[in-house]
Amino acid sequence: MSSAAIPLSSGKRKHPTWIYYLFPSVAVMLVFFVYPILLTFFYSFTNLALTGESAKELKFVGLDNYIRMFADPSVKISIWNTLVFLFGSAVVGQQVLGFIIAILMKHKNKTFRRAIGTVVLAGWVTPEIVCALCLYSFFADEGTLNALLAFFGIHTVAWLYTVPMLTIILANIWHGTAFSMLVFQAALDDVPQEIEEAALVDGASKWKILTTIILPYIKGTITTNMMLVTLQTLGVFGLIYAMTGGGPGTATTTLPIFMYNQAFVNYQLGYGTAISLLLLLMGVVLSLFYIRSLKE
Amino acid sequence: MATSQKKMFTVTACFLCASMLFGCSNNGGTSASPPPGGGATPTPQKSDAPQPAETAKKTITITYRDDGTGENGTLYKWIKAVSSSYPNKNVEIKPTPIQASEGDYFAKIALALKSKDTAPDIVTEDTFMLNSDASAGFLTPLDDRLKGWEDWSNGSFIEAMKKGVTASDGKIYGVPYNTDSRGLWYNKQIFKQVGLPEDWKPKNWDEVLNAARTVKQKAANDVVPIWMNMGKATGEATSMQTYEMLLYGTGERLFDDASSKWIVKSQGILDALTFVDTVNKEKLGPPLSKVLNGQAGNSATREYLPKGKLAISLDGSWITGNYLPTGAAPWPEYKDVLGFAPMPTSKGQAPGSITLAGGWALSIPSNAKNKDEAWDFIKYALNKENTKKLVIASGNITVRADVAKDPEYTKMPFNDIATQYLQNAEFRPARDKYPEVSTQIQTMVEAVATGTSPADAQKKYQQDVTRIVGENNVIVK
Repeated sequence: MSSAAIPLSSGKRKHPTWIYYLFPSVAVMLVFFVYPILLTFFYSFTNLALTGESAKELKFVGLDNYIRMFADPSVKISIWNTLVFLFGSAVVGQQVLGFIIAILMKHKNKTFRRAIGTVVLAGWVTPEIVCALCLYSFFADEGTLNALLAFFGIHTVAWLYTVPMLTIILANIWHGTAFSMLVFQAALDDVPQEIEEAALVDGASKWKILTTIILPYIKGTITTNMMLVTLQTLGVFGLIYAMTGGGPGTATTTLPIFMYNQAFVNYQLGYGTAISLLLLLMGVVLSLFYIRSLKE
Repeated sequence: MATSQKKMFTVTACFLCASMLFGCSNNGGTSASPPPGGGATPTPQKSDAPQPAETAKKTITITYRDDGTGENGTLYKWIKAVSSSYPNKNVEIKPTPIQASEGDYFAKIALALKSKDTAPDIVTEDTFMLNSDASAGFLTPLDDRLKGWEDWSNGSFIEAMKKGVTASDGKIYGVPYNTDSRGLWYNKQIFKQVGLPEDWKPKNWDEVLNAARTVKQKAANDVVPIWMNMGKATGEATSMQTYEMLLYGTGERLFDDASSKWIVKSQGILDALTFVDTVNKEKLGPPLSKVLNGQAGNSATREYLPKGKLAISLDGSWITGNYLPTGAAPWPEYKDVLGFAPMPTSKGQAPGSITLAGGWALSIPSNAKNKDEAWDFIKYALNKENTKKLVIASGNITVRADVAKDPEYTKMPFNDIATQYLQNAEFRPARDKYPEVSTQIQTMVEAVATGTSPADAQKKYQQDVTRIVGENNVIVK
C-alpha cells in the first residue's frame, strides 16, 4: 500500500551485502510459495484423490482434469456466481459504499469521523467466520431481520433460501467496506484543498468538483483499491461456506466453494487443484486488467 | 536520530534473544514433556524421578467422530468405560476424537490415515467408506487375526453383517459394532388427531403420500407432514435414508451386480425422484430453508418430532438414541408417542417393505504403530458385554446375535422391530467409487427438491456418474 521509498544505505558499497540478507526471505518464498504453486500445477495433471484406488497410486492423466473442467456445467455456474459476487460485493458494494462514506466524512469534525469510522471498522476487525455467523443469525429464518419484520407485522422471508446471493453479498460488503473507506479517506485528504476552493469560488457545483477534480485526482487509488478488493473477494470462502454452504442448489457456489467440494467432499484433489489454478488465472487476468487501466 | 534508532534496535534484539533463550530453557526444564494434547502437565520435579512402569506403557489411540458433544458423547463415554475395565494395564487407551460434520469426518480421517505420524491405532469407519479406504491402502486386512478369534467364527456375529465389512477384494477390513435399519417414524398423537390409524402400515408409496396429504389438510398449520433429508448438506443421510430407500423400493438398484456396472438411467431412478418432487410440489415436506442445511437431520429428530410438529419422518432406527435420558434431546414419552412403520415398496411389490442397513466398524490403519495391541483391544471392546453397552446407549442395532437375544437389549423400545426389518435389508454397493457416486446422488436429489425436473436431474446424474466411474462401467436400463 505505502508508496514511500526507503533509500538503501548500502547502495554505495562495492559488495552488495544486502543480497545475503535476502537469502532467508527468498528461501522462505521458494519453500512456502513457489514450491506449493508448482506442486499444485503438477497435481492438476494427476488423478490425486483423498481415498479410493487412485489414492494408492498417483497417475499422470494429462489434460483430463482440464477437459473435465470445461465440460462441467457446474464450473460455468461457479464462474458466473464468482463474477456476480465479485461485482456485487467488491466493485459496487465495498468500493462505492466505501467511497461514499469517505466523502461524506470529509471535512466533518474529528469526533464524528471517529464515531462513524469505528462503526464501519467493526465489520472489518471481525474475523470472517464470526462475521458469517453474525450475518447468518441476522438473515436466518428465526433471525433478527425476520424478528424485526414480524414485530412490524410485515411478512417474513426465508432470506438465505430465496435471495442467497444477496445475503452473502451484503455480508461481504459489511465485512470489507471499512478497508475501502480507509483507503479513500487517506486519498481524499491528499486532494489539495486550494484547488477545490478555487473551483468553488469559480462557481462550480459540488457534483462538478467531485467528477472533474476529486475523481481524476484519486484515480490511481481507485484502481489500486479495486484490485486489492477484487483479489480479496475472489478468495472469500469461510463467509460463504458458513452462511449458505454454496447452496441452496448451486445458487451461491463460487469457485472456492466448488473447489472445496471437489477436493474434500468428492475427494478429487487432482480436479480440485485444477480448479484452484483456474481461480489463480482469474486473479491474474483481473489484476492485469486493473494494472493496464492504471497506466492509461 | 540514527544513533537512537540503533540503540532501539540493539535493545529490541537483545530483548528478543533473551526471550527466546528463556523460552528454550523453559522447555528444557520439562524435557519429559507430556504428549501433545495430553491432559495434565507433569511438574518438572516429578518428571525427573524414575518411573519404570510408565515407560513400559503403550498408548493406543482411537479416532472417532465427535459431533460436538465432546465428553458427553456416547462413544467417548463408552471408550472411557471400556478402557477403565481393560485388563491389560500396560496399555493406555486414548480417545482422539475428530470434531467434524459427518461428511468432513471422512476427508479428515483419509488425511490422517495417509501418514504414519497421524494415523491412530484404531479408527471408526462407516462401512460405506470402508471399501474406499481399503482400496486406498489405508487399512489393514484382518482375516488372519479374525481366524484366531472365537467370537467371529462361533456364530456370535450375525453372518449377514460380515458382508458390510468385506471389501471388493474379498478381505475383511473391520469388526462391525453396530448397524441400523430405516423406516417411517410417525407421531401417533398427530395420526390419531387427523383420523389416521395409530398402528400404521402403509402398503405402497401412495398410501404414504396420502397420509401426508391428510395431515396437511387436517392438522395444525405448523405441522410438517413428511420429512426426508433432501440436501447436499445432509450428505450421506440424503443418499441413504431418502434416495436409496426410495430407489431400492422400486426394485431398482444403484449397482448392477450381474454386469458389475453402475445403473445411471432407469425408471426406478425417475420414480424415486418423482416421489421427492411430489412431496415438494404439494408442499408436504418441511420448508426448503430448513431441510437444505446440514442441521436438517437434527432439526427433524431433536426438535420437530418431539414437539409434535412433524407427522412422518423417513429416518434411521438410531434416532431414539436422542430421546434417552443421556441423549441430546431427552424425551421419556417417545416410546408411546412414536411409531416405526416399515417403508413400503413403490407399488407394494415383493418383498413388501424395504430397508437399507449400514453401520460402523473398528478398523486398524495400515500406518498404525501398535497393531497387535490395537487388535487385542478391539477383541475386548467388541465382546458381548461391551457392544451391548454401546448399542443400548447409542440407540443402534447390534451386529451380534448373542446381544440381540439379551433381555436388556430387547426391552429397549423399537429394538425388536428395527432388527426385524433387517430381514429385507439391502447394503450399499461395496465399491470404492460409491462415496463419490453418493455425492452425485445428493446433488441430484437437491436439484429435484429445488425445482429441477426429475428427468433433467437424472440426465445430469448420468453424465456425472459416467465421468466418475468411466464409460465402460455404466449401464442404462
